[in-house]
Amino acid sequence: MFRNQYDTDVTTWSPAGRLFQVEYAMEAVKQGSAAIGLRSKTHVVLASVNKASSELSSHQKKIFKVDDHIGVAIAGLTADGRVLSRYMRNECINYSYTYESPLPVGRLVVQLADKAQVCTQRSWKRPYGVGLLVGGLDESGAHLYYNCPSGNYFEYQAFAIGSRSQAAKTYLERKFESFMDSSREDLIKDALFALRETLQGEKMTSSICTISILGAGEAFHVLDQETVQRLINEFEVVGEEPPANEAAAPDAEAAAPGAAEGAAPDQGAAPMDI
Amino acid sequence: MPKQQANWSPYDNNGGTCVAIAGADYCVIAADTRMSTGYSILTRDYSKIIQLADKSVMASSGFQADVRALQKVLAARHLLYQHQHNKQMSCPAMAQLLSNTLYFKRFFPYYSFNVLGGLDSEGKGCVFTYDAVGSYERVGYSAQGSGATLITPFLDNQLKSPSPLLLPAKDAVTPLSEIEAIDLVKTCFASATERDIYTGDKVEMLVLNASGIRREFMELRKD
Repeated sequence: MFRNQYDTDVTTWSPAGRLFQVEYAMEAVKQGSAAIGLRSKTHVVLASVNKASSELSSHQKKIFKVDDHIGVAIAGLTADGRVLSRYMRNECINYSYTYESPLPVGRLVVQLADKAQVCTQRSWKRPYGVGLLVGGLDESGAHLYYNCPSGNYFEYQAFAIGSRSQAAKTYLERKFESFMDSSREDLIKDALFALRETLQGEKMTSSICTISILGAGEAFHVLDQETVQRLINEFEVVGEEPPANEAAAPDAEAAAPGAAEGAAPDQGAAPMDI
Repeated sequence: MPKQQANWSPYDNNGGTCVAIAGADYCVIAADTRMSTGYSILTRDYSKIIQLADKSVMASSGFQADVRALQKVLAARHLLYQHQHNKQMSCPAMAQLLSNTLYFKRFFPYYSFNVLGGLDSEGKGCVFTYDAVGSYERVGYSAQGSGATLITPFLDNQLKSPSPLLLPAKDAVTPLSEIEAIDLVKTCFASATERDIYTGDKVEMLVLNASGIRREFMELRKD
């Protein structure tokens, strides 16, 4: 994408029928650290990578509770994400107040999408620079949606956004057919595996990732650090699950000796370099 | 032409009585379950009590439509607070919120006579009593509603709350144990039921303490 004479404001079409400002906003989403969502028939898991801007600072919050039955993971301009989360929370509270029942997820994402669309058609506004993975449970089951800065939204079985999300998407594309009937624990494990793909060799610890879950009979909540670390240790010691193709075979080989060395001296400190 | 009087009122009084007593490490909040209008009974089984936060319980008598609307507003505000602060509202914070919410409608008030009970941040029982427009005070015990005039003098006698003007400042909470306080509440309602036509049927009691919250019912005279 290069600078051109049609990209100054969002209200200018290019001759090819593109709105460059909107596309630049979608670029901002790709720059943010990864966020992943997966869903089964009864649960939705949202996970994110905690990128801190420096060693001295804390990481930004990327996963927000919107209501007991809805959570959102964001990638891109986290400030925009925070503001949209506040909007979503308000919508849920107002709907609950009026109708004494939880806001259906499909309704919320449409409202969000319409809100995003407004910013693509006003000269005094700019598009929101954040992609949202909205996970929720309502009467029609568990859902995962992705909301773009463009005002489009799509429903997914599993999806990943942000930097190095393609690696996670590749993993999810291999496994997604089994997600609908996955158990809660398997869904979380798959989320962790997908998250690990985006780390591309960086050491995976509970401090670098945030996992959240919601489901039938389970209000949205973020899993605490100890639980996440325990889950990471479990699959590190066991070694990576054998996926269905040969491309992953070298991974499994490298992970096994790595895990064997790691397990002996220091639990959970196995180097993940492949 | 003489000034016209309204022939319709937006308010109604559904009667009932609420009581709350604060103890050293517990709080009892109670209300009868009778809902009336005029000289008729609408239902014998209506709860006037709501748990607003894990350590705040509100009981309200008066116009139950306004009470219900007030409860919904407070519940929504509490949800917003939890999203912003990542924790539950403390009882004193809820007390202030209730006061502000009531005063917000100073010129078309909630016809709701409230008593808020719970545990403060030290785990001690606290009771806050209100008028319809939000004037409130932390006290050791309180009664509101149609039977309040019958119950309050009795509680004054039994709970011997020292004057807040005395020095050194004394705790308003009662030295009674939880069992004794519950028994006192039952006695209050049994007595008020005798003479107040709007109080009766059942009394619903909620007891908050460090181990959580407990609900008890006691039958009252149905006449």
